[in-house]
Amino acid sequence: MQALYSQLVAGISLGSILLLAALGLALTFGQMGVINMAHGEFIMAGSYTAFVIQKVIADAGISLLLAIPLGFLVGGLMGVLLEATLIRRMYHRPLDTLLVTWGVSLILQQAARDIFGAPNVDVRAPSWLSGGIDVGITHVPAARLFILMLAAAAVAGLSLVLKTMPLGRRIRGVVQNRDLAETVGISTRNTDRLTFFIGSGLAGIAGVALTLLGSTGPTLGTSYIVDAFLVVVVGGIGQIKGAVIAAFGLGLLQATFEYSTTASIAKVMVFVVIVVFLQIRPQGIFSVRTRSLA
Amino acid sequence: MSMRRTRKRLLSAVAVVMVAGLVSAGCGSRVGASGPGSSSGSSCVDTSGNSIKIGFLNSLSGTMAISEKTVHDSLMLAAEQINSSGGVLGKQLQVVSEDGASEPTTFAEKAGKLISSDCVAAVFGGWTSASRKAMLPVFEGANSLLFYPVQYEGLEASPNIFYTGATTNQQIIPALDYLKQKGVKSLFLVGSDYVFPRTANKEIKAYANANGIEIKGEEYAPLGYTDFSTIVNKVKAAGAGAVFNTLNGDSNVAFFKEYRNAGLSPATMPVVSVSIAEEEIGGIGLDNVVGQLTAWNYYQTIDSPKNAAFVQAFKAKYGQRRVTSDPMEAAYASLFLWKAMAEKAKSFKTDDIRKAADGVSYDAPEGTVTVNGENHHIAKTALIGKVGPDALIHAEWSSGAPIQPDPFLRTYNWARGLTG
Repeated sequence: MQALYSQLVAGISLGSILLLAALGLALTFGQMGVINMAHGEFIMAGSYTAFVIQKVIADAGISLLLAIPLGFLVGGLMGVLLEATLIRRMYHRPLDTLLVTWGVSLILQQAARDIFGAPNVDVRAPSWLSGGIDVGITHVPAARLFILMLAAAAVAGLSLVLKTMPLGRRIRGVVQNRDLAETVGISTRNTDRLTFFIGSGLAGIAGVALTLLGSTGPTLGTSYIVDAFLVVVVGGIGQIKGAVIAAFGLGLLQATFEYSTTASIAKVMVFVVIVVFLQIRPQGIFSVRTRSLA
Repeated sequence: MSMRRTRKRLLSAVAVVMVAGLVSAGCGSRVGASGPGSSSGSSCVDTSGNSIKIGFLNSLSGTMAISEKTVHDSLMLAAEQINSSGGVLGKQLQVVSEDGASEPTTFAEKAGKLISSDCVAAVFGGWTSASRKAMLPVFEGANSLLFYPVQYEGLEASPNIFYTGATTNQQIIPALDYLKQKGVKSLFLVGSDYVFPRTANKEIKAYANANGIEIKGEEYAPLGYTDFSTIVNKVKAAGAGAVFNTLNGDSNVAFFKEYRNAGLSPATMPVVSVSIAEEEIGGIGLDNVVGQLTAWNYYQTIDSPKNAAFVQAFKAKYGQRRVTSDPMEAAYASLFLWKAMAEKAKSFKTDDIRKAADGVSYDAPEGTVTVNGENHHIAKTALIGKVGPDALIHAEWSSGAPIQPDPFLRTYNWARGLTG
């Protein structure tokens, strides 16, 4: 029973990490159809932002809270820069975008190595996030609880923007029918740029959160990029709620398989489940119904 | 283009993404690559002038650069010191550096180049077992010499390689002896999923079986794995006396952070690691590893005039913030051992050096080390250390005297059947 609860916690926590890493991608890949391999490096940029801020402000708690908005800003600005210089020229050419952004990701990794050095750097966790909380009979690490809340806040914030704000309505309009949106006077250029800013910014937030759990180094992003794409593909392109369900589903599956087998086998089993699932439902859990002819 | 077609194209592109991701993830761990066919056994080493060429072959780029660059630095220091004190057999060392690029096939290729086109007298370097295994046929084919400075899984003894890092009976077995002496009755094994941890754990299980230590669990994580919540849950639930950690690379960071977050500590369940040295502590975060144990043959904190001079020279050359670690020291010692062998043989020829090797000893920063001419490993003292609040490792326990190398564990009854 104890094991069941602790694995439940592990699975939900893993799900929240996957969700944070994938949420931005659900926007740029899911909504805009851009395959951005450099998304992982935006996550890395968020992690290094947390590191730099901690160099300036020694208090781990304050610097973490400050790093969240600044990580969003750093990731977002890098995203806008990438969109404006390269991706903009390659809409509707997914394979070219894939290769170009992969190149960008390699360049960014090397840049991080040159700026911060090849060894991992240490971002200290604030004292109120080390250790954990005993909930009933199981132990929940505080850092993981924090990430879960951060992921929930990010989803809530993103949904709020997409559902209620004019910007969100424009984004949804462009996703559903780009030509029609243009005809009614929406600037698709500006909308694309803003969507990319938010999506990449969310990667930055994910990076800040991940410093609590893993290593901060130049190759941080590569550990998450494949999983992030999996979440978006399984969740269904064009839907945030699909990504949420897929992230927690995959997290729980991984935790369950890993407990009964080993980490390597669990990874294989999760892949098999995904392949089978996509055979049955190639469009993912949810998909946007659209009358667009384009 | 219909929406459906777009989606199909996107999905196939995603498949490409994943393949690309998997390929790039697999790059660092390719095993079993064989070297280029080496042409002749005759050497082209030029001993006529007043200098002699040697080769340094370390990964200066790629994933292993983070570790191997430090070995390269200490090799350069050793060469500089040897040259300023008159060289070897009156000849100045002329170093040819090559980049192994974290790729076993590149190591084999560059080793071939160093031997047959640069005509070096000996090569120093290599880190991963995969790189060593790739270079082995090249050195044997050309009858040249490699000095390999990193602790490894044992079960090898090439006539053309000198192993100056620890083999298992100088690192892992002493660590087990230490734990047994401390009254540890049960162990949990955590390692990365590749050849070294799996081989090491086989030996640990045989030892435990013979010494009445219970193995409570054995878990492997893929290289680069980042989420250790399930593994740490298993460790916690099993409640072993100690954890034996053979994880490699970044996984250590995620593991130790999770370990601490789960409320485990060195006081309740210590972790003994064999891949964490002074270099790695900064990246893991001192708070996460302080008080944990490591098994090596050298620590920067060793209190001896020889080590003080080594550390001081290293810091003077590369900066006060740099630290020295076991593989760096083993590489530094390897160059001086080669010098001593060449001077004893009065020759740079591979066969002469091999004949002279037995019993050659050097007063290294770690203490006196002696070459075993039969298996080409060196006798070293094992040290169990504890990570201190100063981010350095302090020896807690020492084997007292150098341990004779036994790469095939022939002198251990419990290891019978392991090594065939």
